[in-house]
Amino acid sequence: MITKRIIACLDVHDGRVVKGVQFVDLIDAGDPATQAARHAREGADEIVLLDITATHEGRQTLLDTVRRTARELFVPFCVGGGIRTADDAAQVFDAGADKVSVNSAALKDPMLIDAIGRSFGAQAVVVAIDARRDPNAADPVRDAQVFVQGGRKPAGRRVVEWAREAEDRGAGEILLTSMNSDGMRTGFDCELTAAVSESVGIPVIASGGAGTVEHFVDVFGRGKADAALAASIFHFGVSSARSLKQELAKAGVSVRLPC
Amino acid sequence: MRVTVIDYKAGNLTSVLKALRHLGAETVVTGGDLAIVEAAERIVLPGVGHFQATERLDATGLTPAIRAAIARGVPFLGICVGMQWLYAGSSEAPAQPGLGHFAEPCTHFSESTQKVPHVGWNSLEVRDGSRLLAGVEPGEYVYFTHSYKAPVTPETAATSYYIEPFAAAVERGNVMGVQFHPEKSGATGLKILGNFLAWQARGAK
Repeated sequence: MITKRIIACLDVHDGRVVKGVQFVDLIDAGDPATQAARHAREGADEIVLLDITATHEGRQTLLDTVRRTARELFVPFCVGGGIRTADDAAQVFDAGADKVSVNSAALKDPMLIDAIGRSFGAQAVVVAIDARRDPNAADPVRDAQVFVQGGRKPAGRRVVEWAREAEDRGAGEILLTSMNSDGMRTGFDCELTAAVSESVGIPVIASGGAGTVEHFVDVFGRGKADAALAASIFHFGVSSARSLKQELAKAGVSVRLPC
Repeated sequence: MRVTVIDYKAGNLTSVLKALRHLGAETVVTGGDLAIVEAAERIVLPGVGHFQATERLDATGLTPAIRAAIARGVPFLGICVGMQWLYAGSSEAPAQPGLGHFAEPCTHFSESTQKVPHVGWNSLEVRDGSRLLAGVEPGEYVYFTHSYKAPVTPETAATSYYIEPFAAAVERGNVMGVQFHPEKSGATGLKILGNFLAWQARGAK
């Protein structure tokens, strides 16, 4: 049976793993290669490395970090941050990534999705969407807006529509981050995740807000997510992917165990 | 142990090469040097993306060279699209023939309320006697990402279930294929690649 994926996310800043609360207040949480290996060993189904400073500081993804992290990693490995062109993506793949995640650059030039997909296959293209609800909108879910540049700027697109376009252009997965819940540990935005998941035929990875096992049960059920991203829950020894998955299995969620 | 990895510009080879080297293999990559294929001791045909990409194997003359290598008993492993290429073809690119080593065609998953592509970790049901999957316990998980699949036939070495049963691995003599990505399937995947690297014709020294 297909399982729900638990994806460990490493937010990387200047070659170090950090985790922000609503994208600010960065706290150092270690070396990316060491952290990735630990998460894989402790049962994570996939590793995502997001260079969270790359876009707005105009830096290339940290290829050395990617190379070092990929070296002994034998689970899927996705890298995002600062990928603006198909050539940028090619360099990240050469360094050992299996997938790239594109965000701001794809909004600026949607053809980037087509270009990477054509060269490396749809399975290699993850379109990351930073979403923010406007509580004053007529329909806060359907009208949720896409934000760019680390959540600094509205992109002028509705989340559900952009997800559909990304799929049409050849994205293989959607990584949906709720800016409202990110780092808050109060739970995923299940309504928005479900709205996106029901609108596309490709997997949706839910992100932002994980704090307890119940939050994951909820997003896999009500939120119709195919995978869920966790960052802060794994740091500082709060939990491991394995113990999370053992709890999920008890709650009836199909997960990869033993792992 | 030398492994020839065929590069036909269907996606990224880095992960496959990394896993083979991790297991102690020396890797040789070729994109169309037929002499390398003629001298190959063991061949891996990776492949992600679209079945149409396999047209490059025909265009570069690799198809007959691989066919000849298989005929002289060289162990061959196709991964993902590389496995599907062993069949007659795929409805993904109906005009593009496969190798035809296995007679059936590959097809899209049936219409369903479930999402296609099939992406993620799924369990294997290994059939008795598979040498490629020796030591893989019932229910071990491997990582898949695909929209087309090979049918279950007598040559199927392992099945998996998503929407319907499909061939997760195929094996007949020295010719083997896996629909999943062993290079991305943790310890289980490395065990399977290790079995391939250790594969020898019965009776061979």
